[in-house]
Amino acid sequence: MTPRTKAPQASSKGLQKALTGIQGLDEVTGGGLPRGRPTLVSGGAGSGKTMLALEFLVRGAKQYDEPGVFISFEETIPDLTRNAASLGFDLTRLVADKKLFLDYVHVSRSEVAETGAYDLDGLFIRIADAVQRVGARRVVLDTIEALFGDLPNPGILRAEIRRLFGWLKEKGLTTVITAERDRPDMLTRHGIEEFVSDCVIVLDHRIREEISTRRLRVVKYRGSTHGTNEYPFLIDENGISVLPISSLGLDHAAPSLRISTGIERLDVMLSGKGFFRGSSILLSGTAGTGKTSVAGHFVEAACRRGERCLYFAFEESPKQIVRNMNSIGVDLEPWVRKGLLRFHALRPTYAGIEEVLLVTHKHIATFKPEVVVVDPMTNLLTVSTLNEVRSMLTRLVDFLKTQGITAMFTSLTLPGGSLEANEADVSSLMDTWLLLKAIEVGGERNRALYVLKSRGMEHSNQIREFLLTDHGLQLLDVYLGPEGVLTGSARMSQEGRERAAGTIRRQQTEGRGRELDRKRQIFEARMTALRAEFEVEEEVIQQSISDSKLLDEELLQDRGQMVRSREADVSAYKKNGNTARGRKR
Amino acid sequence: MAITKTRTPARRRNPVVESLKLPRVRRASKPKKPEVWKLRLFVAGQTPKSIRAFANLRALCEAHLEGRYRIEVVDLLENPQMARGNQIVALPALIVNLPKPVRQIIGDLSNTERVLVGLALQEVG
Repeated sequence: MTPRTKAPQASSKGLQKALTGIQGLDEVTGGGLPRGRPTLVSGGAGSGKTMLALEFLVRGAKQYDEPGVFISFEETIPDLTRNAASLGFDLTRLVADKKLFLDYVHVSRSEVAETGAYDLDGLFIRIADAVQRVGARRVVLDTIEALFGDLPNPGILRAEIRRLFGWLKEKGLTTVITAERDRPDMLTRHGIEEFVSDCVIVLDHRIREEISTRRLRVVKYRGSTHGTNEYPFLIDENGISVLPISSLGLDHAAPSLRISTGIERLDVMLSGKGFFRGSSILLSGTAGTGKTSVAGHFVEAACRRGERCLYFAFEESPKQIVRNMNSIGVDLEPWVRKGLLRFHALRPTYAGIEEVLLVTHKHIATFKPEVVVVDPMTNLLTVSTLNEVRSMLTRLVDFLKTQGITAMFTSLTLPGGSLEANEADVSSLMDTWLLLKAIEVGGERNRALYVLKSRGMEHSNQIREFLLTDHGLQLLDVYLGPEGVLTGSARMSQEGRERAAGTIRRQQTEGRGRELDRKRQIFEARMTALRAEFEVEEEVIQQSISDSKLLDEELLQDRGQMVRSREADVSAYKKNGNTARGRKR
Repeated sequence: MAITKTRTPARRRNPVVESLKLPRVRRASKPKKPEVWKLRLFVAGQTPKSIRAFANLRALCEAHLEGRYRIEVVDLLENPQMARGNQIVALPALIVNLPKPVRQIIGDLSNTERVLVGLALQEVG
């Protein structure tokens, strides 16, 4: 028998694709599954094959107006409907709306005896009838290999399955064929992959350290480029979500807007303006260094600006955080009530890392926050390997950046390890890195903070001590001692010493001033005395000068009178002179 | 095509039914109501395989169930929904509705021995 329905011929111009509507899968496959052709979805037990196939049909029927036919070889219709309900799909409704047709094909080997050549025309007829009833464009065969267990003569069966795939292709039905994969070297148990040459997707379900991770890989996609990596995926109440790791490019915007850290003096350390909006901030430190407190300030400041904040708490419950923040004077409660701040607390161990990432994505997508806090991201390491955490964080950071969301990640550094080495793996993703550390000196443990890096801005290079007071986090002044930054009591004694030294200096200065005054007074007194003395002497000298002048004048006068009176007896005068000379000889 | 044939049963002989359902004591006292075999052959159009299957079936019934069988041939091309209701996958398929239990025999019925085993008309071995 050959169904004679006119098949829409596949277009020759390029490869047409049928969107699956499954989040992420369309990205990985570059637009969906090959339209009008069969796609093999292979995977081990419980890897999610049926769910993927089902979602492909449901989304097709709901979003793309392409009705579908589900031929189940394993699960009964009630079972299938129940399972689909767990993904939030109401199959009964779709069936009633004639958008979906479910058929359970069951052949019990014990009831079947083979007595000669047979074909699968019965199945063909059933599919053709179902397709015709709902005008289906999509077909799922889940899991056709079950027939190998039910029907004898594998040779005939293989040939018939091959014919079936050819027929589906000829009818232009986009088909998903699921297959069990129980050996790593084979895609399917009975090798039917050789009949499906267009697209092969392998699902995998791995358990590592008791936590399961589902993965998807497009092994083959003829005529189309596709992501070749293994992509983690999730099945939850909204269906399947595949997380393409590297599909996001580095083309996010870089706003130059700045937002406050919520701590005034920390803003000053970041060239006075705080973080860049849309940047990623790493806040690392050992236990009890105040990471959550810094985050609390940041969140509160954001809420105060009227921004929406999403706080992922991987360690503490929201109530605990609110209470603890209250103790340092940061009241988050009103913001929670106002709906500006939303907490989402979960233990990463409850699910695999992908699930955590997906939950994160989902919440971000629904809440649309401006600020996101992940506290602490290192808890993710407990459920996964460093590599996976890194790849997850890369994706998360990329995602947040493309959304323009400012994100703060706290990171717990293990004591003993290098403070800067542990997070080095993710630090390169971060724009700003604040390091909180405990400085142990003089039998004390004090908290200090410094900006290890902050891309695109000038920032302080100082290590600053801070206190967690009941009115918030207070950055203190810097005191440098011989051993480096002084903290705690050492700082206080240094402050005291500086105060004392200041007093002494002040006193010394004052003393010197007074001495100067005194000296000036002495000097001036001496000046006065000297002047007085001088004046006395001057007077005496002046007197003597005028006396001698007077005498000279008088002598001159006297001589004149004598000359005149003696009639110029010059010779006598001369004789007197000669006599004196002669006597001497 | 739809062929329906009914034959009056001659002598009842069914080891399965005898052994399973009827205790010996009662069997002797109770006169048997002749049992009619209800056979339904599913085919998809008049393909060589379906024609062969029908021919084989009729020959077999004549030989073993003379007068005690009814064959109904269902063409699934005309009644595709019948395939679903009867869980037909492979064709041709012969379904034995009576006597119980319901059995399905697939193929063109060319292997007479296996058909007889399938119909429980001949004991294995």
